[in-house]
Amino acid sequence: MVNADQNPLIRVRGLVNRFGSLTVHENLDLDLFPGEILGVVGGSGTGKSVLLRSIVGLHRFNGGTVEVFGEQLDRLSPSRRSEIERRFGVLFQRGALFTSLTVQENVALPLIEHTGLPRHDAEHLARLKLALTGLPPEAALKFPAELSGGMVKRAALARALALDPEILFLDEPTAGLDPIGAAAFDRLIMTLRDALGLSVFLVTHDLDTLYTTCDRVAVLARRRVLVADRLAVVEATDDDWIREYFHGPRGRAAYQANQLPQET
Amino acid sequence: MSLTAFPMTTISSHPGRLEQGPDRLEITGDWTLAHHAALKKQVSAWRHGRSAASKVDLSGLAAVDTAGAALLVELIGADRLRRIDDLAPDLPAAKQALLQTVAKAMAVPLRLEQSRVSPVIAFLAQTGRHVEALWRQQRMLLAFIGLTLATLAATLPRPRRWRITAMVAHIQQTGLNAVLIVSLLTFLVGAVVAFLGATVLVDFGATIYTVHLIAYAFLREFGVMLAAVLLAGRTASAFAAQIGSMKSNEEIDAIRTLGLSPVELLVLPRVLAMMVSLPILSFIGTITGIIGGGVVCALMLDIPSTQFLAVFERDITLRHFFIGLAKAPVFAFIIAVIGCLEGFKVTGSAQSLGEHTTSSVVQSIFMVILIDAIAAMFCMEMRW
Repeated sequence: MVNADQNPLIRVRGLVNRFGSLTVHENLDLDLFPGEILGVVGGSGTGKSVLLRSIVGLHRFNGGTVEVFGEQLDRLSPSRRSEIERRFGVLFQRGALFTSLTVQENVALPLIEHTGLPRHDAEHLARLKLALTGLPPEAALKFPAELSGGMVKRAALARALALDPEILFLDEPTAGLDPIGAAAFDRLIMTLRDALGLSVFLVTHDLDTLYTTCDRVAVLARRRVLVADRLAVVEATDDDWIREYFHGPRGRAAYQANQLPQET
Repeated sequence: MSLTAFPMTTISSHPGRLEQGPDRLEITGDWTLAHHAALKKQVSAWRHGRSAASKVDLSGLAAVDTAGAALLVELIGADRLRRIDDLAPDLPAAKQALLQTVAKAMAVPLRLEQSRVSPVIAFLAQTGRHVEALWRQQRMLLAFIGLTLATLAATLPRPRRWRITAMVAHIQQTGLNAVLIVSLLTFLVGAVVAFLGATVLVDFGATIYTVHLIAYAFLREFGVMLAAVLLAGRTASAFAAQIGSMKSNEEIDAIRTLGLSPVELLVLPRVLAMMVSLPILSFIGTITGIIGGGVVCALMLDIPSTQFLAVFERDITLRHFFIGLAKAPVFAFIIAVIGCLEGFKVTGSAQSLGEHTTSSVVQSIFMVILIDAIAAMFCMEMRW
């Protein structure tokens, strides 16, 4: 899947982010290549979400460059920027569904606004996206407040996929899901990646997600990306934090759980 | 890096086409969201009067996304597309996977039966719902007033549970921060009342009675009323929004599970703060209103301020001032309680927060005017 020869879809160089006197990122470099699932991990407060927000243009960074599809979002005209933004989808940590719209309207909104589809067609496509993310048809007419946590995540994923994006940003997609739901969500992301040819930028704390889905893992620590490579290489990196993260009790369990199905 | 490294799908794209060969259907070009409308027209035109395609040639298919795939599924049929290996073995694996995934998702019918009700029945049902909601709302308001009073009675004998800091903070927000706007507004209304009175009274040569008009209006009604309506708009909405967003964030539930009382923690400080603020603001409003009237009298009606004060002192009794001010704590209580109750009624969505914030303002202004009207009738009957 990973094709490192190609130009990266996202190229972050020398990123600097400061909040007052607190420096979160200093000279941070990171790439996302076409077709890969890149997991971004790091302790609390290492700026994983800030990195995601810097890339998608929600946060104005203090220095460095961020190129998405070869363009610097912060230097584009609003209309050109909107064109680029249509080519990526973002799943926010708590779904961020519009509470005053039904699930189906949530997904149909970008379709109606950006492609000018008639409402009926847009809602038909919205129900298809909802079915793709594994939601039952009845859920389409419900309001976000009536859904369970897992269903909210799926509906939000359907909205992120509405315009068939090329890059999908996921902020803690499995946080707050039960293990069965989380495992199903992991499989869903892999299936969609294979079927839709997505590249996925995945911020997570979930070791199981890392082991089952990610092609490459980037570790954020000490204000930069310590290492970004295949999991085996990352695990072997000589660093205290990485050792504790991947070889602690939870890391070992996740590793073993992922090994079992491959051995048998 | 040039743009050509990452071509947009809409640039240099060949719209998808549907061509009917002698014994088969040829599908070519890009089947993407950008061409959805045109493709849909072709698909429904072709499907008109036919069940499903006999032989399908997908080899000319250039680009395809989920929207295009959905149309292909409608055209070819979900069952046949799930066996895509037989149908189009030389299609790239990625496109096969996409078509299969979409076909699988569409195996469950996507259409939903939405029941239609006749508009007359819907209107009647809506009216019934509104009436019932109005009845339930009034009962709930009474219950909430009772709950607030009971909590107040339980808290009063225990000074340790008085929330002095919260109350002072709310007095600052609801009272001190509103002084300027209340003074300005009542000053202007005072001037307007003086003009109004003068216009009518000058015909009778009774311009001096403008002083009485201003005094009665502001001491008995306008001072407290204007302050109350302003606070209903300014503070009831703030209370509803504060408590409402806490409700959607589950903070109210958190308070309950910590074994604390949301009424004691959130409602009492707000209600008590309002009951301190509004009488003070009413007093300020009364004074500035009278000053507004006095300025107009002095500048336009040739009633100098000494004469104004002399008439005031001679003819106006203190009773009017007390009648006006006595209403202030009642208004304050009802405004604060309605604001808080509407906040507690919020259910999660942004829509609901907006509705209840609006409702808090409408209800509290309505209640203020209603109570004022009842009080005016009562005072008239009592000859106060």
